[in-house]
Amino acid sequence: MWINNPNIVTDTVKIAVEATKKQDTSWIMHHVLDARELDFSPFGVIHLPQLHLFGIDISITKHVVFMWLALVILVVTFIFVARSYKKSLIPRGVTNLTEVLIVFVRDEIARPTIGKGYERFLPYLLTMFFFILTCNFLGLIPYGSTATSNIAVTATLAIISFIVIQVGGMMKNGVFGYFKGLVPHGIPMWLLPIMIPVELLGLFTKPFALAIRLFANMTAGHIVIMALLGLIFILHTYVVVPVSISFALFIFLLEILVALLQAYIFTMLSGLFIGMAVHQEH
Amino acid sequence: MNTISYLLLLVFSEGGEKGGSPLDVNPGVILWTVVTFVFLLLILKKIAWKPILNSLSERENFIKDSLEKADKAQKEAEKLIADNKVSFVKAEEEAHKIIEQSRELAEKLKTQILAGSKSQAKKMIVDATSEIERKNAEAFNKLKDQVADIAVNAAEKILRENLDKDKQVKLVNKYLDDLKN
Repeated sequence: MWINNPNIVTDTVKIAVEATKKQDTSWIMHHVLDARELDFSPFGVIHLPQLHLFGIDISITKHVVFMWLALVILVVTFIFVARSYKKSLIPRGVTNLTEVLIVFVRDEIARPTIGKGYERFLPYLLTMFFFILTCNFLGLIPYGSTATSNIAVTATLAIISFIVIQVGGMMKNGVFGYFKGLVPHGIPMWLLPIMIPVELLGLFTKPFALAIRLFANMTAGHIVIMALLGLIFILHTYVVVPVSISFALFIFLLEILVALLQAYIFTMLSGLFIGMAVHQEH
Repeated sequence: MNTISYLLLLVFSEGGEKGGSPLDVNPGVILWTVVTFVFLLLILKKIAWKPILNSLSERENFIKDSLEKADKAQKEAEKLIADNKVSFVKAEEEAHKIIEQSRELAEKLKTQILAGSKSQAKKMIVDATSEIERKNAEAFNKLKDQVADIAVNAAEKILRENLDKDKQVKLVNKYLDDLKN
């Protein structure tokens, strides 16, 4: 076994580290990672302002800009949509599109996962769904950047979900009742020392899974597309161009699906966890 | 030990000059995400979700009401049709009855009138017959008288010389009575 021969492993790792140092892979990461400027090359680069507050770096980054872009798009769209409902109850144009999604979130996510009293969480779920969806799609347009491929963003969204889940559960069952309800009924006393840590851990794994799932899905697609296109430059041949392009196109189409799917999954799981916290008897 | 340190080096080595890993967490981004999301949630809740969801439920209720109303109207119409059918059948029966009744009446009237006219005709015939008979008898009597007169005159003329008039009248009358019987 290779593990028995540390020299081989050491050599391999040494070579890998050397290779990492030598080969410049930043061109892939450049597209995925956050940045302090908006890169519109070859047209130019916009440097974003650097801000500091109480010693914390709160500079505006590329992902922040794209989150704000999503915010502006959503606000403008929904002002328009809300106004169109005032004019007539019959949807038309953009209203049709948003209505499909709103009704989907309401009837397919909020109602079945939360059940009774879902109306209170509907604004949160709708906002989460549309925000993630818009961020996901902004990463698919040229010069765009996926804010949801930033672990800080997804983790923050997951923490917000976590807070909503816990507060929702506590508001329904009371603070004490909520924590009491975490442990299933009819558990023998001697199991409690195991069950309590497990259930407490379960509280935190849920948002952690939410954050990692969204982040990994949104990052992976871009890296795969970059790697496929990179084949052309690595292999130094035009022969691979059709293969690269067609595979990258396929992945891109897949990413459209993933963008929708991840927004749905994040919202659906948030709803599911809220439902579990609110209706603990199930 | 060496191997593990190299592995750690690989894991944490930052490729390229720019560095940075997808797993780097920038506290500024966290702050901005919270701000952006909460702001978006508040603003959309106010300007979008409330009016849109209200409109949607309003429309759903409207559709539900309309469907219920249509259902009710249809049931009513069906009931009306059934009622109409019943009353139509009733009316038809009534009409039949009336027609039957009037037919009976007409039949009765006909037979009545027929009987009446028949009896009248009979009566008229009887009257006429009796009249004719009466007239006949009258005429016969007249004729008898005349014939008697003529016969008597003729006989008188013939038998003036040898026979007495009164005797002859008696004789003739006797013969005529015989004839009659």
